[in-house]
Amino acid sequence: MKLTKTFDKALWVFHLNSGSCNACDIEIVAAITPRYDAERFGIKLVGSPRHADVLLFTGPVTKKMKERVLRVYEQTPDPKVVMVVGNCGSTTGVFYDSYAVEGPIDTLLPDDAHILYVNGCPTRPENIINGVKEAWLYLEKLRGDDK
Amino acid sequence: MIEMSEEDTTYQVPIGPIHPALKEPFMINFKLDGETIVDADPHPGMNHRGIEFMGMHRNPLKVIPLSERICGICSIVHQHMYTTAVEHAAGIEPTNRARYIRTIMCELERVHSHVLWAGVAAHEIGFDTHLHFTWKIREKVMDLLEYISGNRVNYSMWTVGGVRRDIPESMHPKIEETLTYYEELYQKLEDIFLGDPSIRLRTKNIGILTKKEALELCGVGPTVRASGVKKDVRIDQPYAAYGDLDLDYVIPSRYGYENTGDVFSKTLVRLKEVVQSIGLIRQCVDQMPDEDIDSEPKKAVLLNKLKKAEGEGIGRIEAPRGEAIHYARLKEGVEELDCWKIRASTYNNLTTYAPMFMGEQIADIPIIAACIDPCIGCMDRAEIVDVSTGKSKSYSHDELHKLSVEKTKKLLEGSL
Repeated sequence: MKLTKTFDKALWVFHLNSGSCNACDIEIVAAITPRYDAERFGIKLVGSPRHADVLLFTGPVTKKMKERVLRVYEQTPDPKVVMVVGNCGSTTGVFYDSYAVEGPIDTLLPDDAHILYVNGCPTRPENIINGVKEAWLYLEKLRGDDK
Repeated sequence: MIEMSEEDTTYQVPIGPIHPALKEPFMINFKLDGETIVDADPHPGMNHRGIEFMGMHRNPLKVIPLSERICGICSIVHQHMYTTAVEHAAGIEPTNRARYIRTIMCELERVHSHVLWAGVAAHEIGFDTHLHFTWKIREKVMDLLEYISGNRVNYSMWTVGGVRRDIPESMHPKIEETLTYYEELYQKLEDIFLGDPSIRLRTKNIGILTKKEALELCGVGPTVRASGVKKDVRIDQPYAAYGDLDLDYVIPSRYGYENTGDVFSKTLVRLKEVVQSIGLIRQCVDQMPDEDIDSEPKKAVLLNKLKKAEGEGIGRIEAPRGEAIHYARLKEGVEELDCWKIRASTYNNLTTYAPMFMGEQIADIPIIAACIDPCIGCMDRAEIVDVSTGKSKSYSHDELHKLSVEKTKKLLEGSL
């Protein structure tokens, strides 16, 4: 799983909601608007998982979304990083005892998936930008000798 | 489900569960004849997290943070309705100061929600500059909410019998500063969304909901007020401090426009409500009584009281998207809620999709989908299956968005 130099700057992010409360999702959009402007780092939200390097993942994975979440994960080309935004994505948070929740996401993805957690309920836009930076460092580490 | 026959030349477009207008999982099945929409069939349920079930297994105070997380945009609305329902069931009265603080927070949330919606609507018809402009000015009210409550979203300010944080006089200058900021910018917002000829081309006479349809389908909030239906819980059945305040129904005819019920009227109603909210917050700040903010500060005593209570209660509120209701039932000797039922405004408004989509074009799907300000999940991919030939074509969010932007361009070229 060697990375090319193109990863150095422009990370393309696909946002996937698996049944979150919308708060993290709104904060993600807030992170790309003028106050925080994550796009100045070359980070871009894209419309298809096939174009993405990072899967920005929110929500505790509801029953109906489980299959779709896994399909989107498979559609994203390697190497990829899954960035779980918000507490309910990483631990199912406040929805821990629901019958309709299949998550958290790390129990559903394959063992070799690269997952980063961004905490907060909801996450602040500053923290999301920090999370993308961490994803960057992570992808660079994956590149290893190439660097 | 939409029925189809062999001779039928129409085809279906399932849009979902990752949507062009918002970032939540939701699905609508469209039936198309060429470019024209003949039927729309919404499929909710992708975002079902079993919240009512979870609420019935926790004590009433633990449910407050859960009720906020029903929706991150209207978190105040849900905690307000939930606490009102429990108060109603247990016979606890919130203090008067708490009522005013609740009203201020509700109205601040309305400002943030409507400004956010305006940005999303602009994005759907291809004006990303306006998306960035509205979201930039939205940060100001987010700052104020954070200043008052300590959080940008999910404020955790409500409790049964009052609120957990006060708005002391020292906070008034900052509130006033934010309100003035919006008043100064309001004219610009109106120029953009109501005056701009290219936006008018995309919103006028698109997604029409007549007054008759609005009444028949029981739509709520700005969606039906745009059609001229006088329906607003704040006036019809005042809660919190609304009974003391001076407010009127926001319908287009009050401002010299026609009650057409198209996307333009819905934009107008939402923008005018921002002004109304600013006025309401001012009235609340001026009239706020000097009192405790919480009628029972000892939470153990309160929990005990709730455990002993028996009865049922209703919390009814005008959310930014329209009327929403919580129902709660308490049983004596049981700590958990006996029953909890939520009906959010989008559930009513979804049915209004059918007449609004009928006869419109594929390129108008994003803006019409956005015009009720849906608060469920979204979708990002649409598949078009042509039944007569068996061919299928996929539309991604980007392609749908591109179609929408292209329509704007074509309209502009035609009008120049």
